[in-house]
Amino acid sequence: MGKRNHQQRMTRRHFAEHLLGAAAMAVPAITFTNALRANAATLKKNERSAILLWMSGGPSTIDIWDLKPGSVNGGPFQPINTTGEGQICEHMPETAKLMKHLSIVRSMSTREADHNRGRYYMHTGYVPNPTIEHPSYGAVVARQLAPQRPTLDIPPFVSVGGSSAGPGFLGMSYAPFVVNANGRIQDLNMGIDGERAANRMELLKSLEDRFIKQDRGIAASEHAKVLAKTQALMTSKQMDAFKVQQEPTQVQERYGNSNFGRGCLMARRLVETGVPFVEVDFGGWDTHSNNFDTLQNNRLPQLDQGMSALVADLAERGMLENTAIIWMGEFGRTPTINGNTGRDHWARSWSVVVGGAGFQGGKVIGRTNEDGTAVETAPYTSEDLMATTLASLGISLDTRFTSRTGRPMKIANGGKVIKGLLG
Amino acid sequence: MHVFSRWLLAWRVAPARTTVWSRVQRSILVPTLALVGFLAVAPAQSEELSDAAHALEQVAAINKYIRQGWEDEGIRSSERATEGEWCRRVYLDVAGRIPSVKELDRFLNDRSTDKRRRLVDDLLGSMYLDDYTRNATTLWTTMLIGRNGGNERQSLTNRAGMQQYLREALRSNRPYDQMAYELLSARGNNKPGESDFNGAVNFLSMKLAEDGVLATSRTSEIFLGIRVQCTQCHDHPFNNWKQDQFWKLNAFFRQAVALRRFGGTRNVQNVELDNQDFGGEGDTPGEAEIYFEPRDRILTVAYPEFTDFDGTVHSIDRSGYIDEVDRRTELAKIVVKSGYLPRAMVNRTWAHFLGYGFTKPVDDMGPHNPPSHPELLDELSKAFQDSGYDIKQLIRWIVLSEPYALSSKFAEGNRGDDPTLGESPMFSRFYLRQMRAEELYESLLVATEAHKTRGTPEKEEAAKQRWLRQFVIAFGTDENDETTTFDGTIPQTLMMFNGDLIKKATSTEKGSFLYRVATDDRMRGNKKVNYLYKAALSRLPTSTERRLMGKVLGSRPGQTDAIRDIWWVLLNTNEFILNH
Repeated sequence: MGKRNHQQRMTRRHFAEHLLGAAAMAVPAITFTNALRANAATLKKNERSAILLWMSGGPSTIDIWDLKPGSVNGGPFQPINTTGEGQICEHMPETAKLMKHLSIVRSMSTREADHNRGRYYMHTGYVPNPTIEHPSYGAVVARQLAPQRPTLDIPPFVSVGGSSAGPGFLGMSYAPFVVNANGRIQDLNMGIDGERAANRMELLKSLEDRFIKQDRGIAASEHAKVLAKTQALMTSKQMDAFKVQQEPTQVQERYGNSNFGRGCLMARRLVETGVPFVEVDFGGWDTHSNNFDTLQNNRLPQLDQGMSALVADLAERGMLENTAIIWMGEFGRTPTINGNTGRDHWARSWSVVVGGAGFQGGKVIGRTNEDGTAVETAPYTSEDLMATTLASLGISLDTRFTSRTGRPMKIANGGKVIKGLLG
Repeated sequence: MHVFSRWLLAWRVAPARTTVWSRVQRSILVPTLALVGFLAVAPAQSEELSDAAHALEQVAAINKYIRQGWEDEGIRSSERATEGEWCRRVYLDVAGRIPSVKELDRFLNDRSTDKRRRLVDDLLGSMYLDDYTRNATTLWTTMLIGRNGGNERQSLTNRAGMQQYLREALRSNRPYDQMAYELLSARGNNKPGESDFNGAVNFLSMKLAEDGVLATSRTSEIFLGIRVQCTQCHDHPFNNWKQDQFWKLNAFFRQAVALRRFGGTRNVQNVELDNQDFGGEGDTPGEAEIYFEPRDRILTVAYPEFTDFDGTVHSIDRSGYIDEVDRRTELAKIVVKSGYLPRAMVNRTWAHFLGYGFTKPVDDMGPHNPPSHPELLDELSKAFQDSGYDIKQLIRWIVLSEPYALSSKFAEGNRGDDPTLGESPMFSRFYLRQMRAEELYESLLVATEAHKTRGTPEKEEAAKQRWLRQFVIAFGTDENDETTTFDGTIPQTLMMFNGDLIKKATSTEKGSFLYRVATDDRMRGNKKVNYLYKAALSRLPTSTERRLMGKVLGSRPGQTDAIRDIWWVLLNTNEFILNH
C-alpha cells in the first residue's frame, strides 16, 4: 500500500468516525475531545493570534483618536483622559479606561482614498496591481502560523460580518472563511450516515483528481483543496467556537447586543480555539454627511462597548499578551467639515490603534498638525503597520513568498517596524 | 458546388484527430464554404444571407487578430474543445444554464457541418428567447444595480422594476445605444404598477445622493469604460481623466431628483425620478455652475461638459432651467454618439464569454491601461456600432470564433498563457471559470428537469433572489459596494454539499428527477449512470469512471441510494461548477 493510499484511508476513517453518532463511537469521540482540550491548553502558552477590527467605509479618526479641539476642523466632540498617554473622544469612555493596553499611531499617511483601493492597500500593504493579487493580513498570518497548529480543523483565517480581502497568490487554502456575526453556519449537516458520507467523499475525490490531471488551470485543484477543508470542518467539535450564544448571558451583554459586539465575542472564542487570524467587520463609517450625529449616537457606542469588552476580556483571561488587536479602516476622513456636516475620504493624515501580543500599550506614536491636515512626525504606511503587526506576532520580516510566476515577494511589502510600538 | 460538397463530406468522415493546420482550415473555411454553397442554390434569400455573411466576416476578423497575437508571442493554441464541452459552454454563457440531456443529444447527433452556427442561431432566436432574456436580465441587473440593489433598507431602487424594464428591452433585442439613452434620461416612477412607471429609472434612482457622485462614476464605468471614482477628489496620477472632467460630467446629473413616496407609511413605497430646475451652487440658474475643490484648495467652477474618446469636447447650454435644457437628455445624446460607448460594451461582452476582457479590469479602459488586442477591440467596436448596436449580433461573432471553441486544457505551446498568473490573456485556450451563483441555480433546475414547470418570470425571480441573498455581502460604504461568498470558498462548498437546493436536487421523492431515473425500467444501471453524467457534465463516463460507478451501484441494495450518491458527487465536482 502506497503512502498516499494509506493517508486517504486514514482520512476516510477519521471522517466516518466523526460523522457517526456519539452513541456508536462514544469512546473515541470523548478521547478526541479531551485530546483537543489538552492540546489547546499547551498551545495557548506560546501561540499568537491577531484580531483585526475592520472599520469599513473609512472611520473619522480625527473625531475618535486624534481630536483637534479649538481648531476650525475640530467638530463638537471633546477629548477625555485615558489610562494611556493620549486623550481620545468623550464618546469612547469604556475604551478610555483600557488605553493602557492599546497604542495609537497618529501618523498614518497613505495614498489610497478610494474605498476599493484603500481596502486592498490597507489589507495587503500593496497598491492594487492588475497583474498580481497580493495576500491580505489574514492570509499571511494564517500561512505563517497555521502549520504549527495541526489540530486546528476550522480555517485559520475567519472573517466575521464582512468579506475581508483575499489570499492572493497564496491560494484558496488561505482564503477567509466568511461567517455572520450570529454564529450560525449554514448547511453544516449532510444528513446521512458517516460511512456513506465518507464513501461519497472518496468517490468525489477520484473525480476531482481526474479533472485536475487534465491540466486546465489552477481553479480545478483549488476547488479540491476547499473540498478537503470543508470536509474537515463539518466534522469538527471546534465549530462550537462560532456559537456565541453558548456564552453566559452577562458575557454576551458585556460585548453588546450588536453584530459588532457579537463579532468581537466570536473572535475571542475563535482565538481560544487556536484560530490565528480573525477579522471583525464593522461598516457604516462612510460619513460624507451627518458625521457627528452618526458617530455619537450610532457607531461610537457600539464600537466602545464591543472593543472595550474584547480588550478587557482578553486581558482578564491572560490572552492579551498573545493576541494582537488592530483597529483600522481603509483611510481616515477629511479634517475639513463639508457642507453636509460630513467628512470625505482622507488618507494623508489619520490614525490606527493597536495592542496586545508584542505591541506596547498606552503609547501615542506620531503627531499631526494643529488642524489635523498633515503629519508632523515620521509618516507611516500600510506596509509599516503590517510589518509591525507581523513582528508583534513573532513572524519574521525576512520571510519571502514566491508568487505563482516565481517572483520573490517580501512579506508586508518590505515595510519597516514602527518605532516605539513594540515592547 | 459539387466539389465543395464532396469536400465537406470528407470532413464528416475525417477521423477525430486532425492536425493543427487542418483544424484551422476547418474552423475558418467550413462555414465560408457552406455559405458559398448556400449562395449558389438560394440567391433569392439575400437578406438572410447578408446577415449571415456579416457575422462570418467578424468571426474571421476575431480569428485573424487572435492568431496574430499567438504568432507575435510564439504561442501555439490548445486543441479544440470537444463538441460536448463547446455545447455546455455556449448554453451556459448565452442561456445562463447547462444544456439538458435532450438538448445535448440533439446537438451531438446533428450531422450537419454548420451545426454550431445553427445552435447559436437557436440560442439567440425565438426558441430560447426565455432563457436568453432571463440570463441577460440577470447580467444587466448585476451591472446596473448590483446583486443587492433594491434589498437595502429604505431602498430607492425597485429591483422588480429594473428587471421589468430589462426583460422587455432585452427580449426585443433593443439596440444597445437606445438602452443607454433610456437609462440615462429616464423619468418616471420606479415601481411596477404605478401610473407613470418607467423601470429604467432604477439605474439612477439610488445614485443621486452626495450630489450624484455615484451616478457619475457608475455611468462612466458602465457606458464609457472609464473609472473616475478617484478623480472625484484629485487628478489621477495615471489616468488622463482629470478632476475637472469628473465634475463636468457630474454637472449633467444635477437637475435629477429622486422623490420618495411614502404612501402614508414610514417606509419608502416608491420613487419618482424627475428633473427639476437647478439653481447651481451659486444660485444663478441661468448659468447653473457647480464648484469642486482641487488639491490646491482653490474652488473651481464646472459646467456640463464631456470630452470624448477622440478628444472632441461636447458642451451644452449652461442653463439650469429645465424648460431650457434637460441636462440628462443632453448627456444621453452625447453618450450614444460617443466613441467610448461601443468599446466599453465590446470589452464587457468579450470578458463575459472569454473569461477576461481586453483590459483588466474591464471597466477601466483609459490610456493608462492599454488593451491586449487594440486592433481587434477597434474593429469589433466599429462593427458593433455599424450593426446598429445589435447585442445578439455581437454575441454571435464572439461565440462562433476560434478562441471560444478552444479546449481549456493547456498545450505544450501555450503554458505561459495563464491570466491567473497576471499574464495578459492571449486567448489560446479557454480559461476555466466558476459558474456564477445564478448560473448554478438555473443549471440545477435544468439538470433535475425542474425547469419544465416554471412559474412566471417574477415568481421565479423572487425564489431565486431569496436563495441568492445568502451569498451577498455589502461593504459598509456609501457606494453600495458589495461582494459575494459564492466565490469558491467554504460557504459555497457547504451549500453544494448540504444546502436545501442540493437536497432538493438529490431528492428521490416520488416524482423527482432522480426518482424517475432510478425507477426507469428502460435504463439499466450503466445507462442510468450515462444519463446522469450527461445531465451534469455533458459527457459520458470514462471506462474507469464506469467501473467506479458500477461498484457504487452494486454496493447498495436497491439502486435509489446509489443513484443519489452518484448524482450528489457529480454535482459537487470541479468539472460541474467550472465552465471549462
